[in-house]
Amino acid sequence: MAENIDVQKDHSMVLQKQMIAEHYQRLADAPKTGDKVVYTFVPGNLTELIRSFGALPVLPEINALQSGMRGKSRDYIAEAERRGHSEDVCTYVKCDLGMVKGGNIGPTGLPLPKPDLLLLSYTGCYTFMKWFELLREEYDCPTVFLQIPYQGAGELEPEHRKYVVDQIKEKVIPALEQVTGRKYDEDGLRRRLGLAAQAEDDLVAVLQSAKQKPSPIDAYFGGVYYIGPIFSAFRGTEEGVAYYRELRKEVEARTAQKRGPITPDGPLDDQRYRLVVEGPPNWTHFRDFWRMFSSWQAVVVASTYTKVGGTYDFGFRHDEQDPLGTMADYCGGCYTNLNLPSRVDMLCNYIEEYGANGFLINSVKSCNSFSAGQLMMLREVEKRTGIPGAFIESDLVDPRYFSPANIKNRLESYLQMIDARAQGGN
Amino acid sequence: MEAPLTREEIVAWARECYEDLEFSAARKWLAQDPARKAIGFLPVYAPRELIHACGMLPVGIYGGGDQLEIIRGDAFYQSYICHLPRSVVELGQTGRLDFLSGVLFPSTCDVIRNLSGIWQLLSPELYVRYVDVPQIRDVETGGKFWRRELQTLVDDLGRVAGKTPNDAVLRQSIALYNDVRATISALYRIRCDEPWRIPTEELYLLLRAGEVVPPEEFLQRAKAYIEATASDPLPKKDRVRVIVVGAFCEQPPLGLIKTIERSGCYIVDDDLLVGNRMITQPVATDGDPLTHLANAFVEHGERTSVLYEERPEGKRTLMKERIDAAKADGIIFAAPSFCDPALLDRPMLRAGAEAEGIPCIAFQYAENTGQFQQFREQTGTFSDSIKLWGGQ
Ligand code: SF4
Ligand code: SF4
Repeated sequence: MAENIDVQKDHSMVLQKQMIAEHYQRLADAPKTGDKVVYTFVPGNLTELIRSFGALPVLPEINALQSGMRGKSRDYIAEAERRGHSEDVCTYVKCDLGMVKGGNIGPTGLPLPKPDLLLLSYTGCYTFMKWFELLREEYDCPTVFLQIPYQGAGELEPEHRKYVVDQIKEKVIPALEQVTGRKYDEDGLRRRLGLAAQAEDDLVAVLQSAKQKPSPIDAYFGGVYYIGPIFSAFRGTEEGVAYYRELRKEVEARTAQKRGPITPDGPLDDQRYRLVVEGPPNWTHFRDFWRMFSSWQAVVVASTYTKVGGTYDFGFRHDEQDPLGTMADYCGGCYTNLNLPSRVDMLCNYIEEYGANGFLINSVKSCNSFSAGQLMMLREVEKRTGIPGAFIESDLVDPRYFSPANIKNRLESYLQMIDARAQGGN
Repeated sequence: MEAPLTREEIVAWARECYEDLEFSAARKWLAQDPARKAIGFLPVYAPRELIHACGMLPVGIYGGGDQLEIIRGDAFYQSYICHLPRSVVELGQTGRLDFLSGVLFPSTCDVIRNLSGIWQLLSPELYVRYVDVPQIRDVETGGKFWRRELQTLVDDLGRVAGKTPNDAVLRQSIALYNDVRATISALYRIRCDEPWRIPTEELYLLLRAGEVVPPEEFLQRAKAYIEATASDPLPKKDRVRVIVVGAFCEQPPLGLIKTIERSGCYIVDDDLLVGNRMITQPVATDGDPLTHLANAFVEHGERTSVLYEERPEGKRTLMKERIDAAKADGIIFAAPSFCDPALLDRPMLRAGAEAEGIPCIAFQYAENTGQFQQFREQTGTFSDSIKLWGGQ
């Protein structure tokens, strides 16, 4: 999701930059061209459906994280807090609202259009509901609510799936028809779902390449870059397919050459630590944060954050044969919609499958959806794998909660502890 | 004939229930018959009728308040997460909840949602269900979904209880809870009309007791309390009328409620323990009981932060509606620290209130807050200013 991290010079990156620039240009032009704009969230996004109506998606979380990377989030958050928002709540929301109040200028410096529809895909996070209620106060446009039941019992129960399908049919599609003036085009949707599945295959191949030693990718710091197109506006598009084909080719070439990923410290071919990471990254100090790992030759081989927009590596693919059902399955399976035992299973699975020798939780202050329960997860994963974990705290886009010295110390002690264990100590 | 219970006796009983972190009332009820079982639920809303219809005791779990020392619970939560889940974990880890045969975790927020997973990991043998309440407030989509959820719950709870209720039994429980809600509503109405007759401290204790004792017992005491207060009104004081908003989940310590009242405010409406009156109309007791219960929730659910507000102007108008209904002078936004639902809602609610010229103050608390001086000053100044400059 970090579309403009300037760390890799591969062709796929150039492609991604182009795609994003074009998308934001189209958004900026929307008031003139008449393109309809739908604001929605990354987890549970219905990009194929939105695009099948010829509309363009805007993802507020992407705006927030981009503001964090561009050093603007501090001011945006301060602006929201001046307007009565509590210091205690999610900084993504405050960052986005601050940005809206500051003229709604998007990550490429172009203005973002107002939404024609707020499509609240209520997936895996309570705060989303309030975020769109708050955005609705800013815009005079319809809001459609799509409730995705939580997988409290460890699966999307059949009744829950039916509920999602019913809502897409009875609420979401009519709202899109109303706003765009177009009829629902199931064939067009199927075609896009087919394209989505192609890109998903390639993404999974990229993510699973990290099972190799050395890993040709960093599945957290590089991973957020790889998921950018598929988690945002490009799932179900030809550009998306082309991007993932190219990315996969590059990663396979690195695998063949036994090369590691390119990091802020250059290529990381010699990898001493293979880590699994739970939790979102910090965006305000993204490169510094990454460097804390790469300077110690630590590579992340699997991460849960790269599953917030879909858990494809466990087999899910969009299925053009069942367009509405597959969207329900997709939404239900996003990472933060999984219960804690499933999240623990996933982490244990990653540690084993990816041959990790450590795991780390980056607990962000903003996010109760991720963070509440992470200390329990830590203990549970330690118990089941026998590998001690590390726990660090920061925030997504509030620089006040990123303490470089603390995090660095903690990480370094942890990596030293891994060494000590490897040498037979405790 | 026995003499009717006095106000003091009822309040003393309620206080005992409230202070008792061993849940002795529930344990006593269970001890009367070895076949009996109890099911816990967290805030805000759980369909208690279904637990009752299965012959089990619904028990509200509201944390440990200011009486529980947190020793183990803090190891489960980072400092930036509200206090409630850590005291709930403390209750669990110290065996105080071991009389429960299951726990329901309603979709109040992500903290309670994830607490359901902690419970699953800590007590794999226990019945644990995350209850996703409907956010789509129409009978056709949300109502049907909720009807199916209620069916799943009845089936599950029936298995835990060893007997699944038929429709007649479900209707009886629904009727009983209609009575509970009507009685709570009567208490609120009287407090609104004559706040000197029902101090919020007493009302609150009574309602807290109602969360841990059988509904039949609560009804008997609550009705007796209404009668007792009719013949024993307290002196009327010169206080302003306020509503308290944001305290629906983690509960403020009793001392804070007392502080608000003693600093010159009558609380004439609030959202404390709102789950006990979440359905604002009686549920029909003919036809299919689960359909009626489901539809009553989607059509007549209380407007609170944990449910999606469908009306675009809804957040802006809600406070004015509440103030008018309660004939109140001002609003105290009192939210638990780090509480997403209350704190994310507050700017919208407050902006709507202030646009109508309604005086507001806001503060945050934790269930174990022990110092009330700052609140006393804030609410005291608030009431003085309303007296001086007028309220709404
Ligand atoms: S609480 Fe977490 S998941 Fe929700 S909007 Fe904030 S960062 Fe995203
Ligand atoms: S106090 Fe607020 S954040 Fe905490 S559990 Fe309750 S609703 Fe959730």
